[in-house]
Amino acid sequence: MSESTSARLSHLTVLEAESIHILRETVAEFANPVMLYSIGKDSQVLLHLARKAFHPAPLPFPLLHVDTTWKFRDMYTFRDQFTAQHGFRLLVHQNRQALAAGINPFDHGSQKYTHAMKTQALLEALAQHGFDAAFGGARRDEEKSRAKERVFSFRDRHGQWDPRRQRPELWNLYNGRIDAGESMRVFPLSNWTELDVWHYILQEKIPVVPLYFAAERPVVERSGNLIMIDDERMRLRPGEKPSLKRVRFRTLGCYPLSGAIESSATTVGEVILEMVNARQSERQGRLIDHDEEGSMELKKREGYF
Amino acid sequence: MNTSLQPVTDVSVFLASHADKELLRLVVVGSVDDGKSTLIGRLLYECDGLFEDQISAVRRATAKRAAAADGTNGNGGPLAQGLQNAATGTLPGEELDFSLFTDGLRAEREQGITIDVAYRYFSTPRRKVIVADTPGHIQYTRNMATGASTADAAVILADARLGVLPQTRRHAYIASLLGIPYLAVAVNKMDMVDFDRAVFERIGRELADFARPLGFTQIRLFPVSARQGDNITQASGRTPWHEGGTLLAWLESLPHQRHLDAAPLRFPVQYVLRPHQNYRGFAGQIASGSVRVGDEVMVLPSQRRTRVTAIDTFEGTQEHQRAPHSVTLRLADEVDISRGDVITHLEQPPAVLHQLEAMLVWFGEQPLDRSRRYLVKHTTRTVPTTIEQVLWRMDLENLSEVPAESLSLNDIGKVHLVCKRPLLCDSYRDNRRTGSFIVIDALTHDTVAAGMILGPAGASAGRTQAGSLITAEERRARLGQSGGVFLLPEAPEAEERAFQLERRLFDLGRHVTVVRGDTEVALALAETGLFVLFHTTAPQARRALRDHGLALESSTDLDGWVRQILATQERPQP
Repeated sequence: MSESTSARLSHLTVLEAESIHILRETVAEFANPVMLYSIGKDSQVLLHLARKAFHPAPLPFPLLHVDTTWKFRDMYTFRDQFTAQHGFRLLVHQNRQALAAGINPFDHGSQKYTHAMKTQALLEALAQHGFDAAFGGARRDEEKSRAKERVFSFRDRHGQWDPRRQRPELWNLYNGRIDAGESMRVFPLSNWTELDVWHYILQEKIPVVPLYFAAERPVVERSGNLIMIDDERMRLRPGEKPSLKRVRFRTLGCYPLSGAIESSATTVGEVILEMVNARQSERQGRLIDHDEEGSMELKKREGYF
Repeated sequence: MNTSLQPVTDVSVFLASHADKELLRLVVVGSVDDGKSTLIGRLLYECDGLFEDQISAVRRATAKRAAAADGTNGNGGPLAQGLQNAATGTLPGEELDFSLFTDGLRAEREQGITIDVAYRYFSTPRRKVIVADTPGHIQYTRNMATGASTADAAVILADARLGVLPQTRRHAYIASLLGIPYLAVAVNKMDMVDFDRAVFERIGRELADFARPLGFTQIRLFPVSARQGDNITQASGRTPWHEGGTLLAWLESLPHQRHLDAAPLRFPVQYVLRPHQNYRGFAGQIASGSVRVGDEVMVLPSQRRTRVTAIDTFEGTQEHQRAPHSVTLRLADEVDISRGDVITHLEQPPAVLHQLEAMLVWFGEQPLDRSRRYLVKHTTRTVPTTIEQVLWRMDLENLSEVPAESLSLNDIGKVHLVCKRPLLCDSYRDNRRTGSFIVIDALTHDTVAAGMILGPAGASAGRTQAGSLITAEERRARLGQSGGVFLLPEAPEAEERAFQLERRLFDLGRHVTVVRGDTEVALALAETGLFVLFHTTAPQARRALRDHGLALESSTDLDGWVRQILATQERPQP
């Protein structure tokens, strides 16, 4: 093995080259890939890397937004503007049956709601379009069961993940072979950390939803979380009084299930400063992960990302 | 040691230091209960790889476990032991079960073991570290190999009370097999043996004696207690006799990640970008070496020569780029290139091998089956392959080579592979990127083995040549060629061309002959080191030889054939 001491490579450079390799490898090996687009910061980074991977050609796959209908209004606005600006092909999928049945985060609890509006909706969309590979922006540093995830994550005919049946993954050699009906979830950001993502957003000037930056927003305090009242569908519990607080979000999902943090960070630089000093993991504000110990693992087994 | 406890006030200063950090990939291995999870948990905790809510979750879980252990069995697990120690005041500071930071799966928590490789992330002042946390149980040797495949350094744990176990040796062997240059042996649980220097030195000597001949660049020994934090990030006052510093200092001191930019250029074409008529770019990651606009290059396996006219990236066209960057190359000529081809400089091209010898780590639940069809994925090329022969299997108890017909789950052995299309490769020792491959079962699509290329088949020893005291090595040294069968195209004029080709090769100083019809004779002559130009139209004979030799393309001219034949030969030995 040859070594050289002349040229140092920063870790972001190495991570970027590795992610681009994964993106190209997937497009080369699958017939009908799609990129899941959740409008969050990881999605934005993933999309940016995809543009780099296929430049000067347009993206060789569409984006898929699995829409629970309960995202923040700012997210919908950002989604439509950003994808139109770049001419990306955007598919939006909602679980119509669950919507018709009136499934919502207030009456049905976060578990049942997430299963119907996210997991089921995702599986429906993948089946409906016959996608055989789906990119996601998940990172291994997010959650303990994510740390066990492969870059190419094999799913059976029912979209299910079985940690005991994962394919060993060596070097940068990814096994993309599947049978009809089976699919692969592909995670090009596996080795990135939350800090890397923000650092890259700063370095590459990648636009993100304004909700990541502090502003005065109407919130209520609910079981230790600050929940934003984003529209008139929000239901207040007895005794809850909305107040204006200077808050921002570390992670974005459905607004009734995403906890805000009090903050004064209004730029990417300030967000990074706040993050390295605050030392709370980003998924803390995500109510659906804390239903019970091992909750993410169970969701993944059923087909959740 | 908690370096970032001081608030960061200037983001540009912070990011400048962060941006400059290099990536180090580390694998931590050891037997069950050696304390891997605890060691990694400790590293994460002390290097700020954890957040407050994760720490408080573990604090809660620790208390819950302790309560449960207290109620059921007082003397049972190591935790109960730890608590007892804590109660008697032998433990300093807070008592956290560090292993709880890492074991993420339900089944793992239930069984108290690590099943699958997991990746963790932390930073040191100089480094960003990706840790592969690998299972110690023998049943999961494959996962250990998985974690080791990308690692620059390995930490092997040994239990101070138990010493060097067969599994410890096995792990050291696999780490060396996978080409990890730096090895640290952490003799753990030193607190359980009163930090006895003699114990440490006995275990260290035994493991170092074992590991030294395996080819590591550096082997270091550390007396540690993962549970209590001795010599991990902080030097221990309880081992005043230890002069080797801490594990963290060692990680910081290692030469940076191995760069492949000084090796010969290897650019496996990954994807052809063709957005419109006037643009044709070859996208890929530079596996090794570097490339410059204007460079003369060769495309393999066609051996067509051309020139690099542009190195395209999203940021714009660049003059020069090196491994491991992902770029897009444009070339001067309209050369037919597709995924799986390799672009290289004219000097030091990779070997073009149909038949090769390799080490395999077998992962499949089903044992290796020589009659089964496998696929080899090597760089961006996937080719149908049969495993012709298992040369030997490694006995992991005593690291001896034993005869074998097959390989089963977690076996490691040397095999002879026959690929339907050639691999454009280097030996794993020379180039980790172009010397590695995975084996996929063509039917089930499972990844059944990891492979490391040794070289052309028959090059390594006389084992395959039963009945001869002369090795292939000796023959090659004498003749300056390794021999082989070259199947001429089925075209009617091929017979006439065979003699022209023979003349051409003979004039180039090669030992060559033409054989017609008899495959046995052809193979026997090739074994003696001759180039055998084989011509027949009998389908049976052609089929029999296609798997053994190189089938020359009918579309190629005489010069093309000469190049193809010479490319199958190893570079002359110095």
